Amino acid sequence: MIDVNVHLSRWPFRRLPDDDTPALVQRLRAAGVTQAWAGTFDALLHRNLSDANARLADECARHGDGLFLPFGSVNPTAPDWREDLRRCVEVHHMRGIRLYPNYHGYKLDDPGFVALLDAATERNLLVQVALKMEDERTQHPLVSVPAVDPAPLADLIAARPKLRLMVLNGLGILRGEALTKLARSGQVWFDIAMLEGVAGIEKTLSVLPSNRLAFGSHAPFFIHEAAVLKLQESELPQPVRDAIARENAQASLAAAS
Amino acid sequence: MPTIWDLHCHLSGVEGRTLDERMGKFVAIADRMGIARVILSMGVPWSQNPTPDDFRRQNDQVVEALTHWHHRAFGLAYINPHYPEESLAEIERMIAQGPLVGIKLWVARRCKDAALDPIIRRCGELQALIFQHTWLKTTGNLEGESTPFDLAELAARHPAVPMILGHAGGNWELGIRAVRGLPNVYVETAGFDPTAGMVELAVQELGANRVIYGSDAAGRSFASQLAKVAGAKISVADKEQIYGRNLQRLLSPMLAAKGIKP
Repeated sequence: MIDVNVHLSRWPFRRLPDDDTPALVQRLRAAGVTQAWAGTFDALLHRNLSDANARLADECARHGDGLFLPFGSVNPTAPDWREDLRRCVEVHHMRGIRLYPNYHGYKLDDPGFVALLDAATERNLLVQVALKMEDERTQHPLVSVPAVDPAPLADLIAARPKLRLMVLNGLGILRGEALTKLARSGQVWFDIAMLEGVAGIEKTLSVLPSNRLAFGSHAPFFIHEAAVLKLQESELPQPVRDAIARENAQASLAAAS
Repeated sequence: MPTIWDLHCHLSGVEGRTLDERMGKFVAIADRMGIARVILSMGVPWSQNPTPDDFRRQNDQVVEALTHWHHRAFGLAYINPHYPEESLAEIERMIAQGPLVGIKLWVARRCKDAALDPIIRRCGELQALIFQHTWLKTTGNLEGESTPFDLAELAARHPAVPMILGHAGGNWELGIRAVRGLPNVYVETAGFDPTAGMVELAVQELGANRVIYGSDAAGRSFASQLAKVAGAKISVADKEQIYGRNLQRLLSPMLAAKGIKP
């Protein structure tokens, strides 16, 4: 199983049961996860992303015997962001990056974001975009961060056939026609971490092709079992289950290898 | 395998031409997750500030939904404290004389209001379950939406009457502490994202005997809500209490009075 959505380091607002990397490794291994794509919570609020990315790469190398693939973060509104991108690829050998537009203060029609998509595509990176990290109703009142509006994404993706983009924590914001339109725009995938409703995967597959869903847990902020049990809650043919649990993630990364 | 009773279920969000068809689909999904009993409340469609006619309609729907599913489901009577007399009459109709086992209070009126006192007293006499939605939203509550502090006030006025803090207040780090010193208050795990650590904190501060599993399905996923207990770093015995035993204990006088075997 490949988990496309985990984070290392510390959630800024409380300690989490698995925010110690060895504990997270144990939890993921017990669930049968063979590869976990890891961002760092530090990227949300730290200004020095280069340092955060270096620590992430180091932590991934030191724990889990190859379990983690590091996904560094780049903020296109920050000075010298192209150098951060270069270090992700050339220094840390990352195969993808993870973006947090709402925590970094830009919208998806921002020219900087568009330039970053192009630069990442040139470097053959998978781009993950987290639409949110936390329910706005439970955020710390001093750090209130509205979710990202995904509306500009479909046109941006349609105009960039080589771009590979994965939306994290987006099922819930994206549904129905908007989800279908975005899925048809190009090479785009969605993780199940924030998918809700009984038998949610089954329902989502009525508007989304099964090759566009990926297993993502949002651990350790979310309890890892939530994503695992979603696979049990929906009645899925084995090939569809395998695609969601592993193969779609592999496909999204394949062109980036 | 623990016995799982789900305190917090609705038929909204389940497809079906009839209530019975919705129940069939709902129970089939619950079966995949090992849930033995579901507690239904409110109808289709629901309303935030229902008139007496409307809450009676919704409760009739719950009774109808239970028709073929008494072995798998119980129901709560939805009432509105803006109408205390009509709410008391509905408690008589649906609980004292009818098949339902408790009340569901949602967002019509904040529960610290004295208008709730006769309702709570009557439920106490009947040993009916009292389930109050609560949230403490960073983005701001609805006008009639109760906070955990509101329920703490109510519970302090009725220390002998058990009541349940729905959603643990949403912002559970605050909600759990708001009711810590009130042993008649239980916290429910439903209806917020599966954020790690909630169940551990509740067990640490309140004890496992004051924590009750619920999902808020069908709007929420059974999976994401069960995971809060399944993935918690607590003992197996504590999980068994949270999954079902605490709710069974709270409901046992009412079920015995109705001649229902759990």
